[in-house]
Amino acid sequence: MQGMMISRAKELLQDGTVNRVLGWQAGEFVYDITPAVFESAEELDAGFVYNAFCGSNLSKYLIKETIKEGKILVFLKPCDTYSFNQLLTEHRIDRDKIYVIGIPCQGKTSGEMLKAKGISGITGIKEDGDNVIVETIYGNETFARADVLEERCRTCKSKKHVVYDELMGEEGEVLDSGRFDMVAKLEAMTPDERFAFWRSQLSKCIRCNACRNVCPACSCEKCVFDNPNSGISQKAAADSFEENMFHIIRAFHVAGRCTDCGECSRVCPQNIPLHLLNRKFIKDINELYGEYQAGEEAGSRAPLVNYTTGDVEPSIVYHREGK
Amino acid sequence: MQRIGVFVCWCGSNIAATVDVQAVSDALAKEPGVVYSTNYQYMCSEAGQNMIKNAIKEYNLTGVVVCSCSPRMHEATFRKTVAAAGLNPYMLEVANIREQCSWIHKDKEAGTEKAIVLGRTAIAKVQLNAPLQAGESPVVKRALVIGGGIAGIQTALDIAEAGFDVDIVEKNPTIGGKMTQIDKTFPTLDCAACILTPKMVDCAQNEKIHIYSYSEVESVKGFVGNFTVSIKKKARYVDENKCTGCGECTTKCPMKNVPNEFNLGMDNRRAIYIPFAQAVPKVATIDPNYCNMLKNGKCGLCAKVCGAGAIDYKQQDQIVEEKYGAIVVATGYNPIKLDKFDEFGYSLSKDVITSLEFERLTNAAGPTSGTLLRPSDGKHPHTIVFVQCVGSRDTSGCGKPYCSKICCMYTAKHAMLTREKYPDTDVYVFYIDVRSPGKNYDEFYRRAVEQYGVHYIKGMVGKVAPRADGKIMVQASDLLADEQLHIEADLVVLAAAIEPDKSARPLATMLTASMDTNDFFTEAHAKLRPVESPTAGIFLSGACQGPKDIPDTVSQASAAAAKVIGLLVKDKLTTNPCVAQSNEMMCNGCSSCERVCPYGAITYVDKEFRMPDRTTRVRRVASVNPAVCQGCGACTVACPSGAMDLKGFSNSQIMAEVDAICQMK
Repeated sequence: MQGMMISRAKELLQDGTVNRVLGWQAGEFVYDITPAVFESAEELDAGFVYNAFCGSNLSKYLIKETIKEGKILVFLKPCDTYSFNQLLTEHRIDRDKIYVIGIPCQGKTSGEMLKAKGISGITGIKEDGDNVIVETIYGNETFARADVLEERCRTCKSKKHVVYDELMGEEGEVLDSGRFDMVAKLEAMTPDERFAFWRSQLSKCIRCNACRNVCPACSCEKCVFDNPNSGISQKAAADSFEENMFHIIRAFHVAGRCTDCGECSRVCPQNIPLHLLNRKFIKDINELYGEYQAGEEAGSRAPLVNYTTGDVEPSIVYHREGK
Repeated sequence: MQRIGVFVCWCGSNIAATVDVQAVSDALAKEPGVVYSTNYQYMCSEAGQNMIKNAIKEYNLTGVVVCSCSPRMHEATFRKTVAAAGLNPYMLEVANIREQCSWIHKDKEAGTEKAIVLGRTAIAKVQLNAPLQAGESPVVKRALVIGGGIAGIQTALDIAEAGFDVDIVEKNPTIGGKMTQIDKTFPTLDCAACILTPKMVDCAQNEKIHIYSYSEVESVKGFVGNFTVSIKKKARYVDENKCTGCGECTTKCPMKNVPNEFNLGMDNRRAIYIPFAQAVPKVATIDPNYCNMLKNGKCGLCAKVCGAGAIDYKQQDQIVEEKYGAIVVATGYNPIKLDKFDEFGYSLSKDVITSLEFERLTNAAGPTSGTLLRPSDGKHPHTIVFVQCVGSRDTSGCGKPYCSKICCMYTAKHAMLTREKYPDTDVYVFYIDVRSPGKNYDEFYRRAVEQYGVHYIKGMVGKVAPRADGKIMVQASDLLADEQLHIEADLVVLAAAIEPDKSARPLATMLTASMDTNDFFTEAHAKLRPVESPTAGIFLSGACQGPKDIPDTVSQASAAAAKVIGLLVKDKLTTNPCVAQSNEMMCNGCSSCERVCPYGAITYVDKEFRMPDRTTRVRRVASVNPAVCQGCGACTVACPSGAMDLKGFSNSQIMAEVDAICQMK
């Protein structure tokens, strides 16, 4: 796949369709893949990478890239295309300046999962059918892909691209992978149990802001947490509950706009399952206003910024017994 | 730092009885920024207002907090007061320590503590207040009346009389409403049609009035002085402009067994029909549920007989958009369904009827041509039992908790007229109380008892059971004689409670007008603003606001018209300066605010911005039209970046209020 992608990118650079390519390159470690912009065939040959570690969602980077001159090529996995559409809906990216190639995705491998299985000294990764072969300085290890997937890939919502200019490989389907099961478990808890669960998770937060920085829905010109006039800007925590509020406020800010790409949990250095907060919102929206998938269709009117006379009455919280 | 004056009102004993006003003014005097704090018996009185004016001058106040009743009541009063003393009127904040404190608390200590918190909250807000200037918006000189019963007709006629255009939207094929179905009207016993139909004709002939019959309001946008309303003209499959109302089609239509709603299903009409002879507009309507041509494409007889060529089977619903300065709700009432009252046997016998059905049975245009006959066998009834309060004053949950107000009088009318026309008939009326407070009302009721010999019995009917021989057994208790009664009746008439029309609730949602738990529209003030809704520009006429008889309805209809005229004569309205504004530096251009704005006040512009690195960048940013914005604040909560803020209710002001409430003592 990587070879196909590089050669197609070279063609598009060559014929002038685009002047830049947004893709991935290896970071300090091979499993530490990072988004990168390539401007020539030479740069592509030298650095462009696409493998089972390429989890990061490139959509958000287009906000800054489409301000620049010229058209850019971007490779989007199915789940990234939802973020792309949502950014289009919010007028954050300029569609005319982007050439989208949809690429298939079998689910990405989690470095954390490999670590948990005792793997270290990783030098490369290969995909072979339903297996991944991890190359390490101690030799190769083969795993069933399903055993080492990122959490979000285990509950993948869609293998179908909702937007593209051209597609590489075969198109997939929208999946039903029980992504709300864990939310349902949390809902079944007593309020005290649920509070204890979230306290134990959110108190791990070190306010590194990685979740916010990577989130495609968090693309404000000026984030309220960076705005001294907002009254809730980033500062030394005044009490032990402040990180909880940060995540709750952030979940409210992206409610109805979050496509459930799962980047927040992937980048969290403390392994806080942040995506569960967003999924709770998505589940509630689905139940209260009918099924809605943010980013499925560019320009769609999200239930929270739409009003119909058939909408649920405000007493819903009472009828749902506080859930 | 502001120099704030605090004025705590006793409201006589309304506040002072449950709040220690002296303690409140003492405590608030210690708040930062407060340079003067006092309390007085009636702040809204001239003496109270003068205290405020004098203090503003003497202490050089820059902000004023009045702790009193709800701002709905006196915010305007106190804004004028501070303006008279030279302050910007928006430098005033009202802390509601009456409705939200003294009235709902019994414990004086707790009430005092809460009043102090509410006062402190207002002080925290006024610290961040900034002077605001009101603008102006134009008034569309046209009114909409929703509902074409006697209420809507009277309101429309009065508005038109003052020289303004007015449209009536009526969901039925004709205007006239319930009054068209009534036979005689109490207390003078004029024939309802004789006094109503001339008014219907006046409406039709008045150049200023346009009637949208067989139409419904589809959506309402805008605000006082400037509403945009979509009206759905339902397809009646007859060209209104061509139909002459000759009625030929209604005699030739082969579908003869359509229940006639005008006679409450007691006889039949055709699939193409004119509701009654004096209908306005007198235009035929095809009922698509019964017309063979519309259902199966077979027939077409009406088109063949129509000399005017008015029949149009392909007619579609049509949406008309119109602008109005004011909207009057006159959606009226309906008798309740009686399926929850099986003890009265309404569903068991044709000879147990409602009072409205009784009206049709005694009306010359009714199914029996005005002769009182039993629906079951067409015989004269010799014993009639009237049951009052069926579903009214009912706290069991089956009926309505309120008094339907009109039943005592119409039942007296029915009883009296029966005895007058058929003196050989025994008439019983079972009542809980007879309520006849109105001009000549009690005299009317007494005439029924004293002159016409109607048997008024205090007590409720327990059971109504039809017998195989056609008689109806009525079992009841006479509370005054303390005995059980068993009456063999030929006809039982139930005075069913009345309820607001079902169309009222969705309409209230469209108008953002509030309703009470019984779905009656709420007035702006129960005593002092009875014909206005709390939503500016929305007025109330007739039974949509509460049960009313015809004299009350007509009075209120004219009162609503007077209020509408008072609005429409103005060329411009002062707008609320508390409008949204977007901080362009923070705006993402995401369109969330534009989508939630109910007034269409937000547009987007591409604007050039200088960036920190001295480059120029074009960004899409929100722009609010302050003349259209109504300050509802929906955009401020939809905005993900906090770029949208509401003047006078800014996010920082609201956070300051919350902080003040949460502050430890």
